[in-house]
Amino acid sequence: MVATVRHTIISQFEQVAAEQRHKLASLTDDRPLMESGLDSLAFAIVVARLEDALGIDPFSASDDNQFPVTFGDFIQMYEKMYVNAA
Amino acid sequence: MPRSAPSLWESLGTAGLARHRALWTGDTEVVLSDLAAGSALGGRLDDLRGRSVLVWTQDQLAAAIALVEIDGIARRLVLCPPDLDPAHLPYVVATAEIEAIVTDRPLDDVIGLGVECIVRCGRTIHAGSVDRAPRFESEWILFTSGTTGVPKMVVHTLATLSGAIQPAGNLAGPVVWATFYDIRRYGGLQILLRALRGGGSLLLSAPGESPASFIERAKARGVTHITGTPSHWRRALMSPAVRLFSPAYARLSGEIADQAVIDHLQATFPNARVAHAFASTEAGVAFEVTDGLAGFPASFLGPREGTDVVLKVEDDTLRIRSSRTALRYLGASSEPLLDADGFVDTGDVVEQRGGRWHFVGRRGGIINVGGLKIHPEEVEAVINRHPGVRMSLVTARKNPITGAIVAADVVLALDGDRALDPASVESAKAEILGACRRALPAHKVPASIRVVNALPVTPSGKLGRRDA
Repeated sequence: MVATVRHTIISQFEQVAAEQRHKLASLTDDRPLMESGLDSLAFAIVVARLEDALGIDPFSASDDNQFPVTFGDFIQMYEKMYVNAA
Repeated sequence: MPRSAPSLWESLGTAGLARHRALWTGDTEVVLSDLAAGSALGGRLDDLRGRSVLVWTQDQLAAAIALVEIDGIARRLVLCPPDLDPAHLPYVVATAEIEAIVTDRPLDDVIGLGVECIVRCGRTIHAGSVDRAPRFESEWILFTSGTTGVPKMVVHTLATLSGAIQPAGNLAGPVVWATFYDIRRYGGLQILLRALRGGGSLLLSAPGESPASFIERAKARGVTHITGTPSHWRRALMSPAVRLFSPAYARLSGEIADQAVIDHLQATFPNARVAHAFASTEAGVAFEVTDGLAGFPASFLGPREGTDVVLKVEDDTLRIRSSRTALRYLGASSEPLLDADGFVDTGDVVEQRGGRWHFVGRRGGIINVGGLKIHPEEVEAVINRHPGVRMSLVTARKNPITGAIVAADVVLALDGDRALDPASVESAKAEILGACRRALPAHKVPASIRVVNALPVTPSGKLGRRDA
């Protein structure tokens, strides 16, 4: 299940980067999000698409999540909420 | 106000009361000349003379007849739109100092309002002698088209409502008007007055009637002139019935007429003069554009010969001064309707491109994507250029990163009379997105496109937006 989340996230990053003509960096877990190659608009679109695909939006959740710094943090945030929601 | 101009009834007579002149809705016909020796108000004009009269009807035809009878008789007539929330009536009655109510509603609906004089109205004209001698230049109170909160009432007169109405071209036969609008709002009332004062007849839509069935009735009644909003027309143009109809004149107003809807209308009615007009309850009818292009020529700004309408652009919105603007808002605490120079701020944001001004959207309807502003209408205009698109609605979708992103709902044309197959839907979506990416900066491109069967249209015929 959790593997699906990672897969979904990576494919959304790739798709939105392609749509927005951004060059995506290699998405290793220690990659800072700021250096992923997406600007804030592209990032916003990724978050919206993930909400459609996974049914969750950890950024808008009420508990005070730390804003993710690395790509790994980002995935973890989704995985955690996805498991809790399931 | 003391009387200086002919009443609506008098101008009806001046235009000629030939037997063929009528108002129609559904299967009902009201022959205007019957009012010369009859009344749909039970002849009770003396009960309304010099008073402030609320016209609150279920039936728009009943309201239309009542207006003909009451103008020049009442000191003030307050015309309620069909969707007026009854909860606001006590406020309306108090603010407009209502002294009599003309209604076709059950008495229980009005009895609690504390107005003693209640006059029944309807579609049927009963014979009897009526003293129609006008003594007042009645104030006409209309409601603005905003849908939320306490309704705003604006003050017009028959003169501001019908001043300088241009004849719509020379026609050999009688002019028969039809309008998708309800005559109890500014847009529809305009057409009622044009028809009555210009010697024509008028076909009204029936409650709940589809645009397609209205078009069929318009064809059957020999309608020559027809008006509606772009949303009305987009829905009407989806119907096959429209191809059998051939009006001489078709007009769009009330919303932004984008190039796609103008082109589509002209292609459907090759023999018609297709026009789009700018009008609002507050600003009145400002201008009509007949060159087949969206927006209006830059030469329209400033004083122009042959019209007292002056347009200017200030803080990006269109401002209008003319003898057709409303006079003021009703109610002691209301803000001024006109600025110090007599201009109405329409709240419509315009932008100059080349020699032309284009409407980009409403000042209040902006979507804010990470500090960048987007008018939904400018995105819709791009989407609507796709030949497979019938209507679209662009909205803000909440987003934790940028505050909002742009989302679009799209109605696609059918494949013959069947819905498109899933593969065609996907390719249409991809084409629409591609067109948006070519025409718009990234933040204006919809982040998601959803294909829907229909879009909400408000009772006033405008695309249902939840304004920011």
